[in-house]
Amino acid sequence: MAAQAPLLEMEGISKRFPGVVALDNVSLTVGVGEIVALIGENGAGKSTLMKILGGAISRDSGTVKINGQPAEINSPREASALGIEFIHQELSVLDNLDVAANIFLRREPTTGGVLKLIDRKRIHRESDEILRKLGLGISSRTLLGQLSLAQQQLVEIARALSAGARIIIMDEPTSSLTLTETRRLLELTKELKAENVSIIYISHRMHEVEEIADRAVVLRDGRNAGEIEGSEITHERMVRMMVGRDLKDFFKGAAGSAERAKRDVAFEVRRLRTLRYPSHRISFNVAKGEVLGFAGLVGAGRSEVARALFGVEEALETDVALDGKDLRINDAHDAITNGIYLIPEDRRQSGLIVDFNVRENISLPNLESYSSAKIINFTKETNAARQAIKAINIKTPTPEIRAANLSGGNQQKVVLARWLTFAPRVLIFDEPTRGIDVGAKAEIYQLIRKLASDGVSVIVISSEMEEVLGISDRIAVMHEGRLTGILQREQFSEEAVMRLATGTEG
Amino acid sequence: MKKELGIFVLLIVLCIIVSAINPNFLLTINLQNLARQIGAFGIFSIGLGLVIITGGIELSVGSMMALLGVLMSMMLTEWGYGVVAAVVACLGIGMVLSLGHGLLITRLNMQPFIVTLCGLLFYRGLARFVTNDETKGFGSVEGLDFLRFLANGNLFHVPMPFVLLIIIAAITWVVLHRSVYGRYLFATGRNPEAARYAGIDTKNIVTFTYVISGLLTAISGIIFAFYTNSVSPANHGNAYELYGIAAAVLGGCSLRGGEGSVVGILIGTALLQVLRNLVNLLGIPSSLDFAVMGAVILIGVMADQIFTERRIRRQVALMRETSAQ
Repeated sequence: MAAQAPLLEMEGISKRFPGVVALDNVSLTVGVGEIVALIGENGAGKSTLMKILGGAISRDSGTVKINGQPAEINSPREASALGIEFIHQELSVLDNLDVAANIFLRREPTTGGVLKLIDRKRIHRESDEILRKLGLGISSRTLLGQLSLAQQQLVEIARALSAGARIIIMDEPTSSLTLTETRRLLELTKELKAENVSIIYISHRMHEVEEIADRAVVLRDGRNAGEIEGSEITHERMVRMMVGRDLKDFFKGAAGSAERAKRDVAFEVRRLRTLRYPSHRISFNVAKGEVLGFAGLVGAGRSEVARALFGVEEALETDVALDGKDLRINDAHDAITNGIYLIPEDRRQSGLIVDFNVRENISLPNLESYSSAKIINFTKETNAARQAIKAINIKTPTPEIRAANLSGGNQQKVVLARWLTFAPRVLIFDEPTRGIDVGAKAEIYQLIRKLASDGVSVIVISSEMEEVLGISDRIAVMHEGRLTGILQREQFSEEAVMRLATGTEG
Repeated sequence: MKKELGIFVLLIVLCIIVSAINPNFLLTINLQNLARQIGAFGIFSIGLGLVIITGGIELSVGSMMALLGVLMSMMLTEWGYGVVAAVVACLGIGMVLSLGHGLLITRLNMQPFIVTLCGLLFYRGLARFVTNDETKGFGSVEGLDFLRFLANGNLFHVPMPFVLLIIIAAITWVVLHRSVYGRYLFATGRNPEAARYAGIDTKNIVTFTYVISGLLTAISGIIFAFYTNSVSPANHGNAYELYGIAAAVLGGCSLRGGEGSVVGILIGTALLQVLRNLVNLLGIPSSLDFAVMGAVILIGVMADQIFTERRIRRQVALMRETSAQ
């Protein structure tokens, strides 16, 4: 499959944003029918490079050649005309329209002369054909909203193919897929390759890259950090190239759990039934100073457990005790009063008010304690915010910056900071490092360890295998609403977690 | 504060232009009249502004005023209520009706637009029904001096409705901008889910805000009833909710919720009333009344939007610089 003339050559691409150099002399080539993985930390410049290729933003310098011909791409439409199609991380399909309408969006064949009626027969015929080819057993008349996320994503791929794509850019395509769905997608990329479609595959999931990529292009801080070919592509090598250090360094001090786990049980979840999985009862406990990991596939019901414990989601049954004292948790206020706090999965939607500044976000749940007679004492509030900012090293010039303008890692710290102004007993982290770059990740892990050693009972829900294995003292694994097992540190292995997570055991 | 400054400048410029073209603008009688209008409109506009900050809307204001106006008249002239009892009943009805709105919106998750639109239709119809569509006045009932004074009197030459507005605005300012409740209100309006995750009882915050709006509407309603001295159930208070919404939006409240200020609402109200006054004084055909208002509001909100985006861009640039260091 070695390419004749490369299909795509991006040469010496640079892009400056006010104050930062996003891309500095970056090059990328893609051959016909080649799967190129583009990897790097968040902020390494992957998205910027792809946006330039997709015509969403312009480059400051450098050249783009398609089939050896210089190409000017100034809009997504022009990119599409050259056969470049994007499969976005967040789906860009319209769920109120049917599959065929989505596949042909903005390219509708018309009939009826000036009336410009959509040729419905044709779009359904052609859509059904493509769907069959992709092995997607659905009708083109199905409403998008009725499909699973994975199916919707396949519809996006169908759209790209139907538009005559020669290069498909997939940005974190598997981030919300289950294991089976991921397998199907990976198979599909290989099939596309066999039909000479080239793929630029952006992913944080190293196993996927290992499996499918012909070549991995690594970016670091807006520059090319290196390339790895074929069988040389291994997890270790990629990570080292991405971060310039070893992953194992992250989890220093994670061990020492054995004696911790034997301590007194602090937080007992005796019985919990969530609305989503009413037929399964969950029970577990967390000791003082212990980190209990929660592993499982997306949709296993872990977040539902967390939200129910924090009182933001109704549960059918909750029987919970802290230090032997029964708790009634009807809403978040009850949880907060009892020292139970949640750092939710979606920090921009649930964790923060992004239009509030850092000070306001930190003080929000604890506002009463900075007030007398319900009137807020601004000085007290600001001091508390400053203290929190300093204590966990939030990078912001002042507490008055809007939370929206902080990086993901610093936003996550703001959510954490607000709970640290109390004296936490139980902290529940739901995907604490999602969308956070490697440096900030390490800091979050340190904070979690620090909290545990201060005697807090910590629950960490994580879909990242290394994370959950590295940070936890014990790991609880869920599968479709069921708690399939709890692993002790000495039982930890990827295989053990995976067996429980896929329900093949227990 | 920058937002308010912009519209304040607009207000001052308008005043200067009007007084340059027609010096009668500065006559005591005109200014007093203007202040009286600003007072009466401002009180309920503050309530509406608070509701808008929750991310909601209240469309039934005008109809509610008509209903409360005719009830006030009937209680005093036909049903033999004492003055205090009638006032208390009026304020109470305003709050209870709004409590209903708040509960429907927060407990049944109905859309504020729908709930209050139904209120708009329902209260107007009810007002016309109980009165048989007849205009109601206050005849020769004794003991209304104080209420008439509230609507038509002056305190040291300052019209009473304006005095009331300043008092109410001062209280609301403290509550909105300095109290825990105010911060919760902004949080709830901005992002109800995140507010809930911070342990805020968002449902009660929103419901309470509607009740406050109902109270302020009732106060305005009483002033208007005694100001016009007769209440025509079909026309009294028509489209007043739109004045309130316009004032709030001009003053920087976002219909998306979570944004706005008491000072802004005050300036917005003043601007609207100056515009109405201007149409009169400059001899613009009064049929153009609404067109002038529409145009000025559009320009004001447009300018504000442009400034906001600039400010956000500046802040992003600041962040970039510090992170690059």
